[in-house]
Amino acid sequence: MSLLVGLFFAIGTYLILTKSLLRIILGTSIISHGVHLLILTMGGLKTGGPPLLGLQDLPFTDALPQALILTAIVINFATTALFLVLSYRAYKVLGTDDTDQMRGNHDE
Amino acid sequence: MSWLHIMILIPFLFAIIVPFIYRVFAPRIHTGWFVLSVPSVIFLYLLMYIPIISTGETILISVPWIPSYGINYTTYIDGLSLVFGLVITGIGALVVLYSIYYMSKLKESLHNFYVYLLLFMGAMLGLVFSDNILVLYVFWELTSISSFLLIAYWYQRERSRYGAQKSMNITIFGGLAMLAGFIMLSMMTETYSIREMINQTDSIYEHSLFLPAMILLLLGAFTKSAQFPFSIWLPDAMEAPTPISAYLHSATMVKAGIYLVARMTPIFGGTPEWFWLVTSAGLITLLYGSLTAVKQTDLKALLAYSTISQLGLIMSLLGMGSASLYYGTGDEASMYAAAVLAAIFHLINHSTFKGSLFMVVGIIDHETGTRDIRRLGGLMHLMPISFTLAIIGGFSMAGLPPFNGFLSKEMFFTAVLNASDMSIFSMESLGVIIPVIAWAASVFTFIYCMILIFKTFTGKYKPKKLEKAAHEAPVGMLVPPVILSSLVIIIFFFPNVLSQYILKPAMGAVLPAYSQPGEIEIKISAWHGWNTELFMTLGVVGAGTFLYLYLKKWIGIYSIYPYSMTFNNFYNQGLGKIEDMSLTLTKSYMTGFIRDYFVYVFTFLIIIIGGSMLFLDGAAFDAGNNAPVSIYEGVLIISMITAALTVLFSKSRLTAIVAVGALGYLVSLFFVIFRAPDLALTQLVVETVTTALFLLCFYHLPEIRREAVRVKFRMTNLVISLGVGAIVAILALSANGTRLFEPIAYYYENSYELAGARNIVNAILVDFRGIDTMLEIFVLGIASLGVYTLVKLRISGRDRSERTK
Repeated sequence: MSLLVGLFFAIGTYLILTKSLLRIILGTSIISHGVHLLILTMGGLKTGGPPLLGLQDLPFTDALPQALILTAIVINFATTALFLVLSYRAYKVLGTDDTDQMRGNHDE
Repeated sequence: MSWLHIMILIPFLFAIIVPFIYRVFAPRIHTGWFVLSVPSVIFLYLLMYIPIISTGETILISVPWIPSYGINYTTYIDGLSLVFGLVITGIGALVVLYSIYYMSKLKESLHNFYVYLLLFMGAMLGLVFSDNILVLYVFWELTSISSFLLIAYWYQRERSRYGAQKSMNITIFGGLAMLAGFIMLSMMTETYSIREMINQTDSIYEHSLFLPAMILLLLGAFTKSAQFPFSIWLPDAMEAPTPISAYLHSATMVKAGIYLVARMTPIFGGTPEWFWLVTSAGLITLLYGSLTAVKQTDLKALLAYSTISQLGLIMSLLGMGSASLYYGTGDEASMYAAAVLAAIFHLINHSTFKGSLFMVVGIIDHETGTRDIRRLGGLMHLMPISFTLAIIGGFSMAGLPPFNGFLSKEMFFTAVLNASDMSIFSMESLGVIIPVIAWAASVFTFIYCMILIFKTFTGKYKPKKLEKAAHEAPVGMLVPPVILSSLVIIIFFFPNVLSQYILKPAMGAVLPAYSQPGEIEIKISAWHGWNTELFMTLGVVGAGTFLYLYLKKWIGIYSIYPYSMTFNNFYNQGLGKIEDMSLTLTKSYMTGFIRDYFVYVFTFLIIIIGGSMLFLDGAAFDAGNNAPVSIYEGVLIISMITAALTVLFSKSRLTAIVAVGALGYLVSLFFVIFRAPDLALTQLVVETVTTALFLLCFYHLPEIRREAVRVKFRMTNLVISLGVGAIVAILALSANGTRLFEPIAYYYENSYELAGARNIVNAILVDFRGIDTMLEIFVLGIASLGVYTLVKLRISGRDRSERTK
């Protein structure tokens, strides 16, 4: 499990370091999956039933990481959406999706 | 809070309301009239302390400021701080009065001017009345900052900005050195109070930090008091308005260094190192200042160098006086104690005559439009009062009777003669130099005083070279220098009154052995027979007059010394080099490429987390908490890895997007296995929407090109990403293997009773951590607004054409 998280992070980082905007966004998306799984792993895996009080099989798994992840998923969605539209806009205006070419003036 | 504290804080409080006063009354009433009340009130208040202090008493009032660190705002009044307090407020009141006429109420932004001025006044008062070294340091830097602001008051001028920056660089450098010295002192004595340090002088002297602390402290004092070679900032500080030059850069701020040396004399004095450092710095500065002043053509620059020289004189007197501590009490001790008395005496005298001279120069500048000696001349008949004032101030500075400068100059000669007879601190061989330097410097002092008076006021009047027709200044501008000049004369005739009430208590503060009145008998008198001192003065007058008359013949020797060897040049070159270096350094890593910044961020992540795990033994592997891998999970993991790798290697954007979508769905399946139904549901929804979004944008975004990049680029990326992956994997493993605390989830088990929810995750989100969720919704709202505007926004045609250009 942890190795999987590590792999996600490695791929995500590699993608972020490339020059294409779309790849960068995909990279952040993959890293965020990695983050979710990391939090889940930290809470301990498969140590009990789902955290629903109505069910019988006590004890439950730790509910706190789940709540955190839920928040993270939603926020991640928001940022991804913003990123996407931003890159779309940048491409429309600047005519490129290469971050090297997006660099501003040399004499700042 | 006592009245004294309030008095020190008044300037700061008044500085707050000055802008409002300015807004209401400007330009009808000059703001200075309101400000004038501040120093006057404080001056009168401080006068009330003279009877108490002159009996040898001291007053200590403490208010806790940061009690947990032992930092108290302790005010301490003894003779020394009282002298400074009186000078600060007395000269301050006169300067404010003068500035009312000097600064036009129509053209100048007076609110800035008076706010800075009051800031300085408060800082200076705080400095001299503070017993806690850290509080003293804070006020010390405040004076530097307000001086910076005041020098740069006419910030449109390049010279002003240059001078302000220079003074700031040098004095703050000294201030930081002083702070280091203070910290060493407090390490040695384990107290922040100067009082308590003085009680522990013996243990300080034994300590190994004694010499470093002393040198650092002196650096602070020498930079502030413009001692050689740090004196270069003072002439450039003359770009400030003349009232400021008179106030900060001759009467008060530059004397803060003198104050510090005097204050620290009981701690460090009586040792050969202190004696030699202070005395020699003072003497060299004295000679350098007077030599350089002679060649100046700008009246204010001349006064600046003369201030440097006079500060050196006071400094050297304090140095020689410190020898008194070596002897403790007795005849020899009181002989050197006279030097300390002379130092304080000359400090007051200097404030009076130099203040009045600066004001006269300000009048000349104001009424003729120039301060250049070569363009001035013959003003004697046009400005008779100013001429008289200049004669009083100038002759006093030159050390002629019947002015107070004569008295302190004579005492200075006495001190140097005594010092040359000294038998300690290896003075037997070197002692003879001191009177020679003192005498030579006095000759040049005499010369530049004569230049100041006679080159401006006698000779031919050259109206064509002046910007305005010269005439006498308005009365209000003449009143302050007249008051100061009358003090110059009054002090000459009644020096012992001043000595009784002010000088001796101040001396007692420097030399604790004489802190009670009546223990030492020093009479200041104008006539004490035909002794060596008088002959030295006569020699000064003779040689000075001779050299002044033949000035044209020998002034050329000044041009022999090349500019490239001056400290000014070193400073300018050094500053330029440092700026270039920092620019090159910054440009080398701030490339403007976003990828480079990512590389820094990720590398740093690896180094910090990896390093801390390595050195702090953070990495821990414990298989005990691991869950067994079932067949479903195995399949899931393999497919996730496949999906992720597909994203990495795909050449088509469609494949990449679909692969990411698949990855998201697989993660949600994972959540199902790991007993997190809510997460799985949310993830499913979000992933669907995200993929849809990706596909929408996919329509607009270009095809992923095969990146034609160098192998090196790829290798860097590969190494960094593998490093990040490895670090995070180790982190995850360690987190899994380490259980420091019990999970706190059982707090939420009563969610049904408290929140009426059977689903604990939901209860946490909407109830226990409800505000977090609300803010989360807030974030979503902002993001959606951003998305909406970005989609809807139409870049106007003008923008686009600009970008394509």
